[in-house]
Order: sequence, then structure tokens, then C-alpha cells
Amino acid sequence: MATQHSRAAARLMISPAVLLLLGWMLIPLCMTLYFSFLRYNLLMPGMEEFAGWTNYRFFLTDPAFMDALVNTLLLVGGVLVITTVGGTLLALLLDQPFWGQGIVRILVIAPFFVMPTVSALVWKNMFMNPVNGLFGHLFHWLGLQPYDFLSQAPLMSIIGIVSWQWLPFATLILLTAFQSLDQEQLEAAEMDGAPALSRFWYIMLPHLARAITVVILIQTIFLLSIFAEILVTTNGGPGTASTNLTYLIYMQSLLQFDVGGGSAGGVIAIILANIVAIFLMRMIGKNLDA
Amino acid sequence: MGRITLEKVTKSFGEVNVIPPLDLEIDDGEFVVFVGPSGCGKSTLLRLIAGLEDVTSGDIAIDGTNATELAPAQRGLAMVFQSYALYPHMSVRKNIAFPMKMAKLPEDEQKRRIDAAAKALNLTDYLDRRPGQLSGGQRQRVAIGRAIVREPQAFLFDEPLSNLDAALRVGMRLEIMELHKRLTTTMIYVTHDQVEAMTMADKIVVLRAGHIEQVGSPLDLYHAPRNEFVAGFIGSPKMNLIKGEVARSHGAATIGVRPEHIGVSTTEGPWQGVVGVAEHLGSDTFIHVHQHGMGDEPLTVRVDGEFTVKHGDRIFLTPDETKMHRFDTNGLRA
Ligand SMILES: Nc1ncnc2c1ncn2[C@@H]1O[C@H](COP(=O)(O)OP(=O)(O)OP(=O)(O)O)[C@@H](O)[C@H]1O
Ligand SMILES: [Mg+2]
Repeated sequence: MATQHSRAAARLMISPAVLLLLGWMLIPLCMTLYFSFLRYNLLMPGMEEFAGWTNYRFFLTDPAFMDALVNTLLLVGGVLVITTVGGTLLALLLDQPFWGQGIVRILVIAPFFVMPTVSALVWKNMFMNPVNGLFGHLFHWLGLQPYDFLSQAPLMSIIGIVSWQWLPFATLILLTAFQSLDQEQLEAAEMDGAPALSRFWYIMLPHLARAITVVILIQTIFLLSIFAEILVTTNGGPGTASTNLTYLIYMQSLLQFDVGGGSAGGVIAIILANIVAIFLMRMIGKNLDA
Repeated sequence: MGRITLEKVTKSFGEVNVIPPLDLEIDDGEFVVFVGPSGCGKSTLLRLIAGLEDVTSGDIAIDGTNATELAPAQRGLAMVFQSYALYPHMSVRKNIAFPMKMAKLPEDEQKRRIDAAAKALNLTDYLDRRPGQLSGGQRQRVAIGRAIVREPQAFLFDEPLSNLDAALRVGMRLEIMELHKRLTTTMIYVTHDQVEAMTMADKIVVLRAGHIEQVGSPLDLYHAPRNEFVAGFIGSPKMNLIKGEVARSHGAATIGVRPEHIGVSTTEGPWQGVVGVAEHLGSDTFIHVHQHGMGDEPLTVRVDGEFTVKHGDRIFLTPDETKMHRFDTNGLRA
């Protein structure tokens, strides 16, 4: 009986928190849903009227939508590949004992503490600028024509910037995973005649599987909503070459003052994010089971 | 063939010298046990032989060829670790197959050896499980299975049974001895368990701080320990070491008498003392006897399980003169 009592008490105790969380999530969600069915333009306040599926139809048939969708997936996928592969290699390197290990580890983690807007600005002006940027100077020095990264390969450039930001996160998580690997397993594999590459493939990688899964899932959540880097560097252009879904929604609702269309975009983005999530969990979710 | 020779091998970790120059000869087919107190360098010595640590100086030869610079895999030795070191994400079958897969053995040969090992080690029903789903004893058997399929020159065991409970330990001990009899491959076995050392070894190597104190068969070490350290280390319970007046009257700086070589009587004998704690094992009883004039340490005496004494009783002891060990002032056997 005591347990039933305490369970009821526990429910009572946590209910304020649950209600708060529910309100926090549900109210904006419901409002977004509501707005998405309205003809709601900020330039014509007070003239909202029910619009049915029109907003959705416009958003989905907008040629920019397909571009944004592809860009979003490319951005997420590209950054994931670069950060997990690069992070694994970097973590492997940092796990070796060498002189100055402590300082190098801190330096490697540093980019994670730089705000996205700041790092994007630094990349845009100090590295990628064809006239003043370091890369421009490098090209000059090599006798080549400077390359205007942000207008000639805008999406790749943004993938590079975002990867630079997220590489430390992946490295850090994977480094702790490396450190938790039982050394005797590696020694046993060495005695069993496994060369370094096989030890990496058969012993280390399976051990890292769970950490890599965590890195991929967490990063996907954040990478689906990349915004500041695009706003600061390319403004989604040229054309829609670097527009992702988040940026498209921003353009719809705040640059074209179309709250209804933006909300419809938001709902579509939620649905797409869930599709990506289901897809990911299917692919790698089993790594999380103990 | 598994003849292993160590010549003037030393090992230092930075400034700390763990193994001073050490010579050791291990014959083909021998079961050699390294014993010694914790931290004396048993594991280090084993890892030097395995090639998992580099020697600081000296040479290691396996079957007459110099193996000092060889990588662990090329030495043809197999090691069983205390923590088993199984690969957790592979099934038992894949664990056992791993060394053969690395050696690129043909599939059917791999399968034949896995089946043979699984049968010998009672693992046939568990081949498709993961190590995490096995008991400690089963895991240990998988580790041994992974070692035997390689058909190595010699097996190296580093305290393989210390994570098992007492009953299982006895069983696994017998299995390893059985395995040795069957394969007649050289085995080097590290332990700090007295009983394991005495029962399993053809040859015991007693180590202290990296030094070899004595090498010999278990009974050699029991009957003729070369110095006080070996005398005190081999045998359970420990040999009684007595200094002072009593020792001098027997013509030595220190005398050693094993608990089983002291007669007990309630009426007469050259030594007398007061009964302290008595440990009843059923068949035997070990009595701790406190007495004056022979140091502060109580003497341990073995009596028959039927013999009854009470705490505080006065009893008389008669050491067996013929089985008494005499040591000089340097602790060496006189
Ligand atoms: N990697 C290392 N770096 C520095 N010192 C070490 C290292 N490995 C071992 N030692 C030292 O070498 C000595 C011998 O260690 P070893 O592990 O061989 O002892 P052991 O006889 O196996 O002890 P135990 O019975 O407790 O396992 C110890 O004093 C230990 O501190
Ligand atoms: Mg050890």
C-alpha cells in the first residue's frame, strides 16, 4: 500500500513540472499549427482569415522548398561525415601519449566555445574573403587565382564552417570512449596477431559504436536547425544555393512578413525532422542497447 | 616446441628498476609457476616474455632463436589475461576464431579447431552467445579456447583464476592441469595462490622485488628452501621462523619449523606455551600458541581435528629435529 501511496504522491509532486513543460511545448506548437491555416500577413494586421491548406500548398510547391530540403540534408550529412570521421581520427591521435597533451586537448576543444555568429564572421572575413582572407593570400602566394568560396561553393563553405565548430564536440565524446577501452583487449588482439589497422577495425570501432551513435543523434538535432552561420555568411544565396529549411522559413515569415506561410513551413520542418529521426533510430538506434 | 631462455633481462619503468638482471631457463613442455608477493614483478616478467613490454636490456630466446625484438604475435605465444580480455561485441565463436582469422587460416580448418576447442572446454552450447552473457568460469574457458586454437609454442597465464570463486577455482585449476597433460605445451603461470603454485607446477620460480629467490620443484622448495624468504613464502600455513636463544641452542641464527612438523602434548615437551586462537578446518586444526622467550609472533601448530584444547590452556610442543630448517645471519640456509 505504501508504494501505491508514494506513487500517487510522486505523481502529484512532479505534475507542476510536467504541466510547465507541456505548456512550454504545446502552446507554441498549437499556435504554429493554428497560424499555418490562416492567411496571416504582418503587412495587413487584423485581416487574418482561415485559409485551409493554401499555405501548405504554396510552401510545398515553392521551387525553393526542394532546394532547401536538399541543402538541409546535404548540410546535415556532410557535417556528420566530416565530424565523425575526423573526430575519430583526432581522438585516436589525442589518446596517444605525447608531450604537451593537456594544452593540445584544450586547444582542440576551443572552437566549441566560439559563438556560431562569431566563428562564421571570422571564417567569412579572415579566411574565405578572396581579397583579404588568408586563403586568398595563400592562393596568391601559390600563383593561383583566389577562389571566392562563399559565392562559388556556398554550401560546401558552410559545411566547412559548421564542421569546424562541431569537430571538437565529436572529438571530445569519442576521446572519452577511447579512454574507456580496456587496454588488455588491445593487448590480447596484439597477441592474437592483429596488426594496428585490424585492431582499429575489429576492437576500437565496435567499442566506439555507441559513442558515435550519440554524436550523430545529438549533432543531427542541432544541424537540422543551422541558421546563424547562413545568415551571417551567404544569406542563403546565391539564389537558394545555401538556403536550408530553417532559413527558408525565416525568409517566408520575417522577410516576406508571411506568418501563415512560415508557420506551415515550420510544421513541415517538424514532420521532416521526425522522419529523419525515425530513419536514424532505425539505422543506428540498436547501438544504444546495452 | 617451447623452450624459453631469459638472459640478463632487465626492465625499468623510467627511473624505477623493476627487474634487475635475471636469468631463467624454461624447458619445453614444462609447467612453470611464478609466485611472489604483490608488486614483485611477476606480471611484468610475463609481459616481457609475451612481448607486450620491451626489455630494457638482455635477451629473450624462444626455441633457440632470439625473440627480443619480435612483435608479440610473431613469438608464437598465447596469453590468458586476468580480466579475460574477451572481445565484448563478438560472439564466443568469433572470439575463438579471431586469432585464426588474423592468421588467415582456411575456413574449414578454423571451424574444425573451434569445434575441437569448444568440445574440450564444454563451450559447445555457448558458441553463439556474447561474453557478457556468460559466467566468470565460462568466460575464462573462452579465453583459454582462444589461446589453444592458435596452437602456440607456450601459454602464458596471468592470474587467470583470481576472479573466480573458490569452488570454481578448484575446478578450473584441474582443467588447466588436464589441458597441460593433454597438450604437453609449455605453460607459464603467474599466481600468488600457494595452493595453485604447489599443485600445478613442475617448477616454481619464487620472485621477490624482481629477483629470483629460488627455482625448483614444489617439493624441493618445500623441503629445502634456500633462504628465509622462500621458507616463509612456500607452505600454508606459513613456516614458523624462530630467532634468538632457542635458535642458537639449535646451532643457527634462525630456525624454521613447519606447523605440521611440531608435536603437541598436554604433559611434556621442550617448548611450552599458551593456546590462543584455534582454526578448525575439520580434518585439521591450526593452533596459535603464544609463548615466552621466542619472540612476539605466536607459533602455528597443526594438530589432528579430533584434538581438543581450549583458549588459555597450557600445552607442550616438540619440534621434529630432522625436519627443522636452519638459517644463518644472512637468512641463507645453513
Ligand atoms: N607501466 C608501469 N609503469 C611504472 N611502473 C610499473 C608499470 N607496471 C608495473 N610497474 C611497477 O612494477 C612493479 C611490478 O609490477 P607487476 O605488475 O609486475 O607486479 P605483480 O608481481 O604482477 O603484482 P600483483 O601480484 O599485484 O599482480 C610494481 O612495483 C609496479 O608498480
Ligand atoms: Mg600482476
